[in-house]
Amino acid sequence: MTIAKALRLAIAEEMRRDPTVICIGEDIGIPGGWGGAFTVTWGLEREFGLERVRNTPISEAGLIGAAIGAALTGLRPIADFQYADFMFCAADQLINQAPKMCFMSGGQIKVPLVVRAPVGASTRGAQHAQCPEAWIVHTPGWKVAVPSTPYDAKGLLKSAVRDDNPVFIFEHKLLYGSSGARAEDNAVQVDEPVPEEDFVVPFGQAAVRRAGRDITVVATHLMIYRALQAADELAREGIELEVIDPRTLVPFDYETLCESLGRTGRLMVVEEDTRRGGWGAEIIAEIAEKHGDLLSAPPMRVATYDVPIAASPVMERFAVPDAARIRDAARKMLEV
Amino acid sequence: MNGLDALNPGGRPPPLPEAETAIALYAVMRRIREFEDRVFAYFRAGRIPGTVHQYQGQEAVAAGVCAHLRRSDYITSTHRPHGHAIAKGIPLQEMAAELFGSPAGCCRGYGGSMHMGCFERGMPPASAIVAGGVPIAVGMGLSCRMAQAGSVVACFFGDGAFNNGAFHEGANLCAIWDLPVVLVCENNFYAASTHVTLANKIPRLAERARSYGMPAETVDGNDVFAVYEAAGRAVARARAGGGPTFLECLTYRRCGHSRRDQNQYRDPSEEACWMARDPLDLAGVRLVAEGAATAEDLEAVDRAAAAEVQEALDFAEAAPRPQGEDALRHEFWEAEQ
Repeated sequence: MTIAKALRLAIAEEMRRDPTVICIGEDIGIPGGWGGAFTVTWGLEREFGLERVRNTPISEAGLIGAAIGAALTGLRPIADFQYADFMFCAADQLINQAPKMCFMSGGQIKVPLVVRAPVGASTRGAQHAQCPEAWIVHTPGWKVAVPSTPYDAKGLLKSAVRDDNPVFIFEHKLLYGSSGARAEDNAVQVDEPVPEEDFVVPFGQAAVRRAGRDITVVATHLMIYRALQAADELAREGIELEVIDPRTLVPFDYETLCESLGRTGRLMVVEEDTRRGGWGAEIIAEIAEKHGDLLSAPPMRVATYDVPIAASPVMERFAVPDAARIRDAARKMLEV
Repeated sequence: MNGLDALNPGGRPPPLPEAETAIALYAVMRRIREFEDRVFAYFRAGRIPGTVHQYQGQEAVAAGVCAHLRRSDYITSTHRPHGHAIAKGIPLQEMAAELFGSPAGCCRGYGGSMHMGCFERGMPPASAIVAGGVPIAVGMGLSCRMAQAGSVVACFFGDGAFNNGAFHEGANLCAIWDLPVVLVCENNFYAASTHVTLANKIPRLAERARSYGMPAETVDGNDVFAVYEAAGRAVARARAGGGPTFLECLTYRRCGHSRRDQNQYRDPSEEACWMARDPLDLAGVRLVAEGAATAEDLEAVDRAAAAEVQEALDFAEAAPRPQGEDALRHEFWEAEQ
């Protein structure tokens, strides 16, 4: 099962389980349409109807505000951006409204809201390429999930729907498993069997994707697969990377990370977001401040260079970390 | 100019509701006026922290609209929320305590003046981002419609919100989804210091609102009976599933935009015209002239409001203050304890 199908299955199961769950977004719930930009909600209107799979005009502030208002008053909306880049059109609702409502009320109201957004460079140019997780990670009041496998996509989305707080789920365009007319160049196929029965992936529990003794690599989304590729190459040289997928950035599983660092002593963060002020910097700072004794070498970031993403595939490939950059960084780290 | 020239062309005032309702409208306005006047005095004396955006002069709008709302109905409000909160029934003690930043406040001290609210009375924390509450009202309206319990939403905002994208997106969603939302535009002629004519080419904001595909009308927002009558139609329409209505209520601040604003940008003739039209005086004169109340009745209402407000402020000033570390709570919902 692909990630797109796993997400769709999770939404359908939650909508069956709880009649207050609704979907709201652009180009969803259009019979004959696409199910959002990346097919995640495709066909759901056939089972749940257009009232609960609610298409909107291109009104990001309007639809996120509507989702917040609905969440305040008894519904559990799953709101849908076509591209994460578009979330900035709804910045007031995402930064000033949703994550502050519970707080401003002194804890008297809850906002069970899920927002989904596709990230990642995919040869579409600078405004359909960003990985803006850090903007939300920085904002108190949000939980942030970053599924990179079909199993996690289903389990994290179900956890998000059942959470009584705003949860942002960032999904990667090249991991959805889109096919046919919607296939993506350079996509990574991450099909795996996903249980049909009900399960959740709890927040704040990282997954170790590969065990290794030399360097602990924290990565999300596409960067996990690039780190795993680099790890395979480095293994031939006798260098072993341990690759950790945090699965949620807020809350972040520092326990698993520290346990790993206790063995490797070296921390590398690989992120597709631009480097300056990214979530990777936050993790490194947290470890340096509180667990610096675990580190035997300076930590390192491998991230997209601090530029917008160019449309040319050649330039895009240069700006975003690939396996070779991760490999080179790992070698350099071990020279120290 | 007073902006009222084209209103009420027949010259016939709206009918007075039955005496009990008419006096209740006056009483709500008086409670708001009294609260705001006393709060301002406390603020000037340094007894209340922060900032305040006051509602004196606009009382007829909140009172006239909220008189039609049930406890289960919702409102959204703005950075100038005290009047809406009082009209929606939030106890004055809880409001006053909120201004003092006390745990006894309706938002336990986390909201303050600009985020006044009390959800169990249908008012989430007011949004102090201009137009920010409009899309939220859309979602509340969507819940109301899907629950099919006949609940409605009154969304308050000012003329300043009218040219913000969030208003446009929200108003359009209300229209295309036929939501039970009354969009109440309090056109007090100034977005902070910017006159409404500097921000709009059209003379009546309702003109543009109509183009979203919803009924829209302009009423004298200083005449509580005119607001009451128009809001009654709008709320009834929303409750019956007829969709949204836009009400442009022409009104005027009797105070500055915020705490120390002296209104030095206002045209003196405009100001004089509107200051002579105090909504409380207008209502009081009619109540007495048409025999719905005596002057003594109204004086009793006034005295009761003054006493209630003073009692609320006394309660609030003596109410406990939070601990500093309470600031770290409520980022997330805490499960029922």
